Amino acid sequence: MSLRGLSPRFWVAVVLVAFVVLVGLVGPLIVSTNPDATVGGLYDEPRCCGPLMLGADNEGQSVIANLVYGTRTSLIIGLIAGLIGTAIGLLVGLVAGYRGGWLDDVLSAIVNVGLAIPVLVIVILVSVSLPQRNLYTLALVIGFTGWFWVARAVRAQSSSIRTREHIDVAKLSGAGFWSILRRDVLPYLLSYVVMACILQISSAILFESTLSMLGLGASNTTSLGTMLYWAIQWGSVRTGAWWAFIPPTVMLTLIVFSLLLLQSSLNEVFNPRLRRGRAARKKAVKEGTELETSVEADDAGPVGSGGFLETPVSAGQDR
Amino acid sequence: MALARYIGRKVAWTLVVFVVALLLNFLLPRLIPGNPVDAIVGQLALGGGAGGEQLQQVHEQYMKEFGLDQPLWQQFFIYVGNVFQGDLGTSFAQYPASVSTLISQALPWSIAIMLPAILIGWLVGNLLGAVAAFKGGWLDRGAFIGSLFLSSVPPFALAIILLFLVAVRGGILPVGGAYSFGLTPEFSLAFFGDAITYWWLPFWSLVLVYIGGQAVGMRSMAIYELGSDYVNYNRGLGVKEGHTVRYIFRNAMLPQFTGLALSIAALITGGLITELVFSYPGLGSLLFSAIGTNDYPVISAITLIITIAVLIANLAADILTGFIDPRIRAVQSGER
Repeated sequence: MSLRGLSPRFWVAVVLVAFVVLVGLVGPLIVSTNPDATVGGLYDEPRCCGPLMLGADNEGQSVIANLVYGTRTSLIIGLIAGLIGTAIGLLVGLVAGYRGGWLDDVLSAIVNVGLAIPVLVIVILVSVSLPQRNLYTLALVIGFTGWFWVARAVRAQSSSIRTREHIDVAKLSGAGFWSILRRDVLPYLLSYVVMACILQISSAILFESTLSMLGLGASNTTSLGTMLYWAIQWGSVRTGAWWAFIPPTVMLTLIVFSLLLLQSSLNEVFNPRLRRGRAARKKAVKEGTELETSVEADDAGPVGSGGFLETPVSAGQDR
Repeated sequence: MALARYIGRKVAWTLVVFVVALLLNFLLPRLIPGNPVDAIVGQLALGGGAGGEQLQQVHEQYMKEFGLDQPLWQQFFIYVGNVFQGDLGTSFAQYPASVSTLISQALPWSIAIMLPAILIGWLVGNLLGAVAAFKGGWLDRGAFIGSLFLSSVPPFALAIILLFLVAVRGGILPVGGAYSFGLTPEFSLAFFGDAITYWWLPFWSLVLVYIGGQAVGMRSMAIYELGSDYVNYNRGLGVKEGHTVRYIFRNAMLPQFTGLALSIAALITGGLITELVFSYPGLGSLLFSAIGTNDYPVISAITLIITIAVLIANLAADILTGFIDPRIRAVQSGER
């Protein structure tokens, strides 16, 4: 696919995500201040250039240092938890959908129960029970509890692929179970899995901050959530110490928003029916009717394996 | 008849999930090495608030209450029996207050901000999404980007910003809490008039995010429908636009109904933190203080209540779907 065909929205999202990752990766190298060191007094106001660029928090620590380290922590948790969740969901969904039968029934029942019980409840119960909480246990807990909807969606798609002819061909040529899953089923789902993974990462980051704000955060590292926890605990909003709570809030919003934007713009690339080009809209307005989509996309078509190459992505894509 | 069977199946399913939730609520804390009572009494001792004799008393009380001297399966039945009698145990941190009392003080406040937010947000969000999809143009673009932004802002972030701008900087609405100092909760016009000024901000920060999420979902569902065969067919037949729009709306609505339960779970999660930000005395604030003091009975009671609320919402959405979706009635009576 040519880069020209991607919507401006996609590029905005990419730039925002790159910015966030840059803050998390390079930030700690540039801001040399130790986030745990006391460099000022209680809620010192921001002053130019130096560790107090964004003021001090309730313990007199540098907010800018905490911000960059916190961003890194949140990204690490999001990445680990998101990858674990997607991997488990993918595996369970593929096996359940492709194998069918009793295994499908059992796995689907587990998934449905998991979907019905709010994730927050399970995460709270598990993390309360943990003897100690650090960055990695938190990521594991979030990852192992958040895979249910990925599994359900993947299952639906892989069970529809099961009945296709090329699977029969693969079976006849003697391909094994795992080989068929990997080479004949998975490619049809890849685009979907990429999008699901992005969503998983963003929801894991949100979950981390939610847990941290409830007081269940990692005890030894700074994250964006723990920054907000202390800011709210110490009444920074009430006293107007904006530098203590605005930076982590904006950073979190930016992370989640950019990831969602990336996901939805990828969705439009993979799912031509969601697109409404400029030319098509003009025509629709003139005729006073709604436009029809130019491409009839098969819902379970080979979305990730080049099927969208033929779709007219480049024409007047403005969103 | 098919409808009744459908509803019966959904109710049975809800009960199964409820049992699993009870099991999780019961088992997870017991997976900690050692038993919870030892851990908690140890923490009480570290705090230094209670003397040795008192600790012994507390320890015995809890051992008896949890039935920790009995085998695990018996403990589970004791737990279930207690839950069904509305006895959720005794708070560790606010000894001898019963958990049920604490919950019953907090729950109304949570319901007061969450229920209206769900109902109003769902209605407005779906209307907005549908209208944006039909009209297209600048309305669509504006509503879509706006909704996408709103739905991806963490609810508590919006709460923090609103609190800071409107209450702290603007001074338009009170800063935190649920009613003015010196008043006691009662059913009077004066109290209501006072409490509602505290209610606005948490409500808005929840409902705006919820509207955004619903509108985004509804818009893409409606756009899917617009490209489907029956719309083209109707157009070819010259059926009036308004008529087709009704079909589209009904069809696009169904997934929104089934998504209701999931979105409610997300809204409750966000609502808990929103309460924290505004120090609103609901379940979120109670949960927060319970976590801070390792008040296990309160934590597990709150998780249980959240689960029950979501399950009930789930069931209600399923039953409503059964009434709205003719396919569910048709499938079993064979009139396809």
